[in-house]
Amino acid sequence: MTDIFQDILDVDDLEVTDSLKADDVDEWDSLSHIQLIVAIEKHWKIKFNAREIMTWQNVGQMVDTIVQRIG
Amino acid sequence: MLDLKQLKRLLKQDHTNLPSVKVALVGDTATQLLATAVRGAAVDMGFNIDLYEADYNQIEQQFLDPSSDLHHSDAQWIVLFQATHQLAALHAAMFPADRNMLAQQRLDFVESIVTDVAWAGRRILCLNYPEIDDTVYGNYANQVESSLLWQTRMLNVGLMQLAARYDNLSIVDIAAVQAQVGRNQMFAPSVYVSTEMVLSIDALPLVAYRIVETIAAQRGTFHKCLILDLDNTLWGGVIGDDGIEGIQLGHGLGIGRAFTDLQLWAKKLQQRGIILCIVSKNDEAVAKQPFLNHPDMVLRLDDIAVFIANWQTKVDNIRAIQQVLNIGFDSMVFLDDNPFERAIVREHIPGITVPELPEDPAEYLEYLYSLNLFETASASEVDNKRTRQYQQEAQRMKLKSTFANEHEFLESLGMQATVEPFNTFNTPRVAQLTQRSNQFNLRTVRYSEDDIKQLAQAPEVIDMAFSLKDRFGDHGLIAVVVMRPLDAESLLVDTWLMSCRVLKRGMECFTLNQMVEAARSRGYKRIVGEYLPTPKNGMVANHYPELGFQPLEADTAHWVLTLDNYSNKPCSISLA
Repeated sequence: MTDIFQDILDVDDLEVTDSLKADDVDEWDSLSHIQLIVAIEKHWKIKFNAREIMTWQNVGQMVDTIVQRIG
Repeated sequence: MLDLKQLKRLLKQDHTNLPSVKVALVGDTATQLLATAVRGAAVDMGFNIDLYEADYNQIEQQFLDPSSDLHHSDAQWIVLFQATHQLAALHAAMFPADRNMLAQQRLDFVESIVTDVAWAGRRILCLNYPEIDDTVYGNYANQVESSLLWQTRMLNVGLMQLAARYDNLSIVDIAAVQAQVGRNQMFAPSVYVSTEMVLSIDALPLVAYRIVETIAAQRGTFHKCLILDLDNTLWGGVIGDDGIEGIQLGHGLGIGRAFTDLQLWAKKLQQRGIILCIVSKNDEAVAKQPFLNHPDMVLRLDDIAVFIANWQTKVDNIRAIQQVLNIGFDSMVFLDDNPFERAIVREHIPGITVPELPEDPAEYLEYLYSLNLFETASASEVDNKRTRQYQQEAQRMKLKSTFANEHEFLESLGMQATVEPFNTFNTPRVAQLTQRSNQFNLRTVRYSEDDIKQLAQAPEVIDMAFSLKDRFGDHGLIAVVVMRPLDAESLLVDTWLMSCRVLKRGMECFTLNQMVEAARSRGYKRIVGEYLPTPKNGMVANHYPELGFQPLEADTAHWVLTLDNYSNKPCSISLA
């Protein structure tokens, strides 16, 4: 997860924790968000639905959804 | 092709040394990431795009309001991206009875832009509409003029017709991209719902490269020559081992169909002016057998401009081809099934394009389609005569080796030239030459057909198109000169270019003699020449001093020729 975030958001020293949210990182806007989603989907070979993409509050909730998907 | 992540990484590197062009991107959906991809793809192809991105969903306002940022920008290219989703929304908002007019309304809008003098001198690149089948009528939509599918298809055909009619409009065919990769690749519903982007992350580079390839071709960068290997590239098997009955070609044997299809494609390219050459490690007589005798060969020796089969390295042989054709390595594509040969050629011949062909020959053609290797900015009738001209050039080179000196050789050619002003017959070729010529081109001014028509009508402009023939054949139109008055006594050479096919024939001297005669007859006393260096036109850096022009004081780029004491330069070319 950390690698993907650092790579897409282009912040080398970004610390990715469960509580991290978009407001905490300048580079995390709606456009980089969608690139994050696509990168995560490719990495874990899963698909999110549009509602999930819009409703996550922080990284922890994203991880919960990923864990659910890969079962 | 790089993906979005790689394109972004590329943009972070320093590329200020690359040439720059100004482009505006105007769209009715979110285009920020497409803008990034376009800039990255341009750097990947060797130039910078200085991009003006309009706020989205302001297409009409940007084009119609004379105080808009777009009007004030000095973008040479304007990319217009109207999404099918917005078209579908318009369609839905119309009264059902009016929906059959949707395509025409959009076409009228595009036509109003390309005919508006406010946009004169700029090129409009209009993306077309990938289909969305809303299945409101099912297949029956094909019988209902007001259906979305009918209107979308009408619109795409209408755009083609507009682009054929108006020289300043080009279509970027993203409908074709969707046809190739499929709608599921092209479009991601979750991305669309959350960002209003109608392209998936993976489709962004596909569309961006299509846009940049169109711009690159219009700037004069495109492929002119396809060099083909033989064994397991043009046919299945090894002719030296399997013999003419054993190679796979056509319906009969093995996977021959794949090779026949590849040859049909190459033949169509040849017919539209791409030069085909053969480079093969074989004995020449053996390699030529299928071309002469195999019933399922599509390509024949007549289609091949330069045929090299020997046991030297492919690198040496491709360099030999370059000697005959006199075009840059960056305008060549080399196809070979052997990864080892590909790697060596790629390493030793900078600029050449070497597609990484799939292992399975059945996949060759679809893979090659996906690369869009032969983007072009023009097509003219002379294109399909080109192969013959290069074959003649190979004969001339043979003859030349039998003469002791250059002068005797030139005299033996019996060269005759014609000079005429720009007219309706030569306009496409003249425009094409201004777009294609990179090496022998003093100022590298690119002109569209419309521009050429305007030059032809301007009474103060001296426009000259030169054609040359000799005893081996007709070179066709090979040199273009445009001179404009600087003042009552001086002319500036706005354009002087020549096809590299006729280098070292004395054509420069013949051209200058004609230029001087035309200038004198209108009472001018001086001709001023200018050399604008580009990465490719180094061969004419000393063009003007070599022809006797004197340097203008305190100015290294300009040269002047005084006509009073000019006497015609000797050359072996007579006026036909």
